[in-house]
Amino acid sequence: MAELLFWPALLFYGEAVLGYVGEARQPGAAGRAAIWGVRLGWLAQTALLAVQAAREDGFPWGTWAGSLNLFVWLVVATYLFWGSRRAYRLLGLTVMPLAAALLVVARAGGGTGIGEQSRYSNLFLVVHVGLVLLAFAGLTLAACLSALYLWQERRLKRRAATILCRPVPALVTLDRLVLRIVSVSLPLLTVGIGVGLGRLLARGDAVDALVVATLVTWVAWAAYLVLRLRGVAGRRAAYVALAGFLLVIVVRLALPAAHFA
Amino acid sequence: MHLVLVGTSHHHAPVELRERVALGKEDAHAVALKLGEAVVLSTCNRTEVYVASTDADEAEALAVAALADVEPALYRLRDRAAALHLFRVAAGLDSLVPGEGEILGQVRLAHENGTPGQLLDRVFRQALHAGRKVRAQTAIGESPASVSSAAAALAEQVFGDLAGSRILLVGTGKVGEQAARNLRTRGAEIVLAANSRTDREELQAELARADVVVSSTSSPDYVLDAQTVERARRGRQLLLIDLAVPRDLDPAIHELDGCFLYDIDDLQAIVAETLAGRRGEAERAETIVAAEAEKFHEWHAALDVVPAITSLRALAEEIREAELRKAESLLGRLDEGQRNAVESLTAQILNKLLHLPTVRMKQAAAGADGVIYADAVRHLFGLEDER
Repeated sequence: MAELLFWPALLFYGEAVLGYVGEARQPGAAGRAAIWGVRLGWLAQTALLAVQAAREDGFPWGTWAGSLNLFVWLVVATYLFWGSRRAYRLLGLTVMPLAAALLVVARAGGGTGIGEQSRYSNLFLVVHVGLVLLAFAGLTLAACLSALYLWQERRLKRRAATILCRPVPALVTLDRLVLRIVSVSLPLLTVGIGVGLGRLLARGDAVDALVVATLVTWVAWAAYLVLRLRGVAGRRAAYVALAGFLLVIVVRLALPAAHFA
Repeated sequence: MHLVLVGTSHHHAPVELRERVALGKEDAHAVALKLGEAVVLSTCNRTEVYVASTDADEAEALAVAALADVEPALYRLRDRAAALHLFRVAAGLDSLVPGEGEILGQVRLAHENGTPGQLLDRVFRQALHAGRKVRAQTAIGESPASVSSAAAALAEQVFGDLAGSRILLVGTGKVGEQAARNLRTRGAEIVLAANSRTDREELQAELARADVVVSSTSSPDYVLDAQTVERARRGRQLLLIDLAVPRDLDPAIHELDGCFLYDIDDLQAIVAETLAGRRGEAERAETIVAAEAEKFHEWHAALDVVPAITSLRALAEEIREAELRKAESLLGRLDEGQRNAVESLTAQILNKLLHLPTVRMKQAAAGADGVIYADAVRHLFGLEDER
């Protein structure tokens, strides 16, 4: 059943990607079709997660692939807050290809099926994995907004004659939104990491590469906040956000296998 | 009842002619009163008189007389064509700038200021509905159609909501003032309107506080160079609009991080692009307007046959009730449920019998044969007295 729900979710996310490509070329019907793709895909993935939760006796996303599945759902959920607004439609062009690709990776790793029960307690997993994933989802969205900022700034710099033909949020609005999202996500990441480190120290386990990379990611995003407080904004801040996002990708994809084992 | 339109617009008459028949609110109301059931739409681009009358020729002659000063430039339309024209006007499709939004309010005011009866009331309400629908379902009115509004829209692309944004207006050129006014209507405030007597230090101080600079002087040299702007800006984003020829602002300013400099050519290219977009949207708007005009036509055409249909149904109902009364002695033996069944049965027979003739008459009315069918029905069923 869970496997069956994966396909409609991927299909609708894929349709959304194509819709957003069409929206970038000619605003209108393609964008509307795309947002429906996101909504329906998200509903299908919600059902997939619900089936996983119902079938498994405990927290079902304790593996790296399972947590990636949950991470994709959180990213799309946070995007849906803004995505329905016309001005933010093109944000989907940065979010949805990533979401679709990560969902495929999650399935390849077995994260969309029914897994085995984790040896960790449910409470620990909910707090540690849940908060870290929620924070990463927020930071991913912040990076996507930063990418949109750079794209819009480039259009303004190129003095594109079509600059007013495509609805995109204002530069200042995007800049402010990224700051707000990071301001919320970083404390969540701090608590999530804190809970994980506390358990690690209590059990006397070794610090692995993923823990180190996660701490580096935290430092990068904290640096972003410090820079913003010191008046750095606009293009430079957007580049810092994208650098922070690269670390999120490394943490989510490159290193987790050993950590979750 | 016929709908008659007589009028002139920017398509047919230059301003020298249009101004002869430009009517204020009170004059327009007086003309409408004189014509009976009428609405006068008078804007800077058009003066049109809409009249509803059973005698279309007479109504047209009276409307032409009201606009006699420009008779050679008048167009005359009736019924379906007149309604379609009004719908296109309300949607902004007949405007100088396609999709401009002001006309919808002007149509509404003309309707309120006129003396409409059932026909004019319906056609104006439906035209307003069509105009709103076009604006809601297409992007025809969204993009700016002038250099000054393009400048304001660009500022919104950088700063979003312009409430509290500060504008530095350099020079007193007309286009610059229009751009500044456009920005002010969106909530921005002018912090300094500098001219040749303004102190250089004061200008630089205000530059440090400004979000948008609009410049339109006749100075042969640059009024602001890149170094001055970089010193004053302190890392903040700044939009600079240079409307002057020769240019007032050093093009190197655009290379500064966070600075966006647009000159008159850039703005004109943007306006040309958005107007092309409006023309593309106009095709979609025409489809919406045509559908709304068709709905009105069906309603209007049905007016010819509705009295005949009403009389026919009344006659049939009268016969049914009379026959039921005649059969009272037989029906008296029936209980309440059985009596209701007989009532319902006879009513259903009537409805089924009259359904197809009703539909066919309405179809004939839409195809212009409505009057012939209505007369035939009146003759066949002896409804002449009810006319």
